[in-house]
Amino acid sequence: MKLRPSSLAFVALGLAVAGFAATFVDAALLRERNAPQLAARGALAARLGLTDLALFTEARYTRHPSQADLHSAFQDHPAALEHFPTGSLLPPPAALIAHHERLDREATSPD
Amino acid sequence: MNAWIEKQRHLIDFTLASLARRRTKNLGLLLVYALLVFVLASVALYTHALRQEAARVLERSPEVILQRMVAGRHDLIPPGYLERIGRIRGVQQIEGRLWGYYYDPVVKANYTFMAPAAEQVKAGTLVVGPAVARSRGLAPGNTISFRAYSGKLFAFTVAGVLPHASELVSADLVLMSEADFRAFFEYPAGHHTDIALSVANPLEVRTVAAKLAAALPDSRPILREEVLRTYASIFDWREGLMLALLSAAIFAFAILAWEKASGLSAEEKREIGILKAIGWETGDVIKMKLWEGGLISLTAFLLGFVAAYVQVFRFGAPLFEPVLKGWAVLYPRFELVPAIDGLQVATLFFFTVFPYMAAVLVPIWRAAITDPDSAMRS
Amino acid sequence: MIELKSIRKAFNQGRPNEFWALNGIDLTIEAKKVTAFRGPSGSGKTTLLTIVGCLARPTSGRVRLAEDDISGLPERFLTDIRRSTFGFVFQQFNLIKGLSALDNVMLPAFPTGRPHRELRERSESLLDRLKLAHRREARVEWLSGGEQQRVAIARALVNDPKVLIADEPTANLDTALSREFMGILENLNAEGRTVILTSHDPLVVESAAVHRVVSMRDGRLTED
Ligand SMILES: Nc1ncnc2c1ncn2[C@@H]1O[C@H](COP(=O)(O)OP(=O)(O)OP(=O)(O)O)[C@@H](O)[C@H]1O
Ligand SMILES: [Mg+2]
Repeated sequence: MKLRPSSLAFVALGLAVAGFAATFVDAALLRERNAPQLAARGALAARLGLTDLALFTEARYTRHPSQADLHSAFQDHPAALEHFPTGSLLPPPAALIAHHERLDREATSPD
Repeated sequence: MNAWIEKQRHLIDFTLASLARRRTKNLGLLLVYALLVFVLASVALYTHALRQEAARVLERSPEVILQRMVAGRHDLIPPGYLERIGRIRGVQQIEGRLWGYYYDPVVKANYTFMAPAAEQVKAGTLVVGPAVARSRGLAPGNTISFRAYSGKLFAFTVAGVLPHASELVSADLVLMSEADFRAFFEYPAGHHTDIALSVANPLEVRTVAAKLAAALPDSRPILREEVLRTYASIFDWREGLMLALLSAAIFAFAILAWEKASGLSAEEKREIGILKAIGWETGDVIKMKLWEGGLISLTAFLLGFVAAYVQVFRFGAPLFEPVLKGWAVLYPRFELVPAIDGLQVATLFFFTVFPYMAAVLVPIWRAAITDPDSAMRS
Repeated sequence: MIELKSIRKAFNQGRPNEFWALNGIDLTIEAKKVTAFRGPSGSGKTTLLTIVGCLARPTSGRVRLAEDDISGLPERFLTDIRRSTFGFVFQQFNLIKGLSALDNVMLPAFPTGRPHRELRERSESLLDRLKLAHRREARVEWLSGGEQQRVAIARALVNDPKVLIADEPTANLDTALSREFMGILENLNAEGRTVILTSHDPLVVESAAVHRVVSMRDGRLTED
């Protein structure tokens, strides 16, 4: 007798759900396995006082976005066109702007 | 109960047999659907894991960094600043930092040079980051020379390579002694790049920052929480950018799915009439269609998500790495530690599964309430 | 026994194209007999069958099925009655294309939640009885007209209905196949099933298997 389509569907769906559950198990295992490396990264950051990820090394405001001059993605003019691809992918962090508005104003338009 | 289960199984049997009639078309739809979930899930998983990584690594970076600004630009901290800060209450530790950038024309990459106070690097030696070691082919004991901005050539011995495990934060680092750093960059004595502060009571960080800004009007304190938020927003932004790039594809699929699911052919309408004439209730027809939509969208979601997980955390996200990580000469090589956000997965589930079910259901509703006697006249 | 009392049926009621397909039908259809409706095209035969078979409600009048008035019941109950009491053989057979003969036969029983094995055995035995056992896995569009009709009959019988309703069952068949169909009808009637059908075909209307012929014209019954 032929297998019912619904039986096939349940088997397929069961496998897919198992795969889905397996990703969570796998994630937990990988996390556990990587815990020492993660601790090592944190320890190095603490020891050297590192403030940024070394993801974008092509310009100083992308290498250290949190340390860059205000608006450094648009260094010369707020509307300056960007040459580096990362710069064009990276707006000035909004969180910093409000906090440093005073300085920003004083710094860019001295009276 | 058994009859209920048996009935649902019958409905599933029927809907699958119907789908099997246009096997290639429906499998194609399932595949495109799964591909869409795959792309969306990859972006979500990758950015979330990076965000988590940044948060956990940078959680131990200095609480406050003090920069000096001159004419809107980052400038050196002159002598005397450290002493003036020392008098501010709540500041526990002060450390003048020395670091800067060096462009290496050999591999056309920027390095971050640093003279750490905590790490004693012997004069004449370097400790390099893993990506620097890789790009210049360095191993402990090798000699390397850099031409300083002044034009002088400096030779160093590589004393060590930073561990691969820390590559995400240290890929491009070159650590040297303070004397070497000052000589190499001709850094004026007593000056520093910036100042790292630690604050005894975490609740006082903002007060201390305000006091610093008042005491040293030309300074700009950067708080750790701002650094963390900066990173969160960078990846939010990258994720958004990626989604913007993908939106055309998403819309194309939405149209395809809507067209497929909602466009009820005359043939299908006729079949619904027949089913009703031979004893199916309106509710049975709707349940049958719900199973169809549910099975297709659930399968697509599960397949897409599992594939995305494997791609991102097992194969290093080869597809989206360039856009999500950025563009650089020196790429850090790192294994992303998986972090799955349950809410994010639930959101993805909701926005991929439910619209499809709705698209399936809306037209069926209209068709299913037509009179069963239409079957007599065809 | 089915009793119809002053049945009237309007299409597009209240609109300019309002049309009364049935104009006061009073009729009692006897149980366990074969009743045939005859009449010119457009006389309302199909419309009357839809009302008898609970596929449609009359605009006015009453339908009684074994002493129960069913004309006022909500759709849910009508569907239940339709499924358990009536089996339909449509003029175009109305099989679901792309599915096998066996799947088509099983369809009307799906909402009942009958166990799969039992349902399958019943459907196979019906196909077997109609000499189609060898074609049960074939897609219905590959079957010949006569075979398709026998699949449609098997489908009508799968829920074991008391009444079989057939609209122009022989319109698409040649003489030999029509005779064969009448033979099947006779057997079903001999089992105690009521059969109601419409036809222009003398071969059907004048057949010995038919117990009663009802003539219609313009939505009314005329003399038998
Ligand atoms: N849905 C409808 N809307 C409007 N008029 C309809 C509808 N269904 C049937 N009619 C009309 O009702 C009348 C009776 O139709 P019915 O199908 O009952 O005739 P019939 O006796 O079965 O004819 P035939 O022998 O050709 O099958 C016809 O004039 C037809 O045009
Ligand atoms: Mg007719």
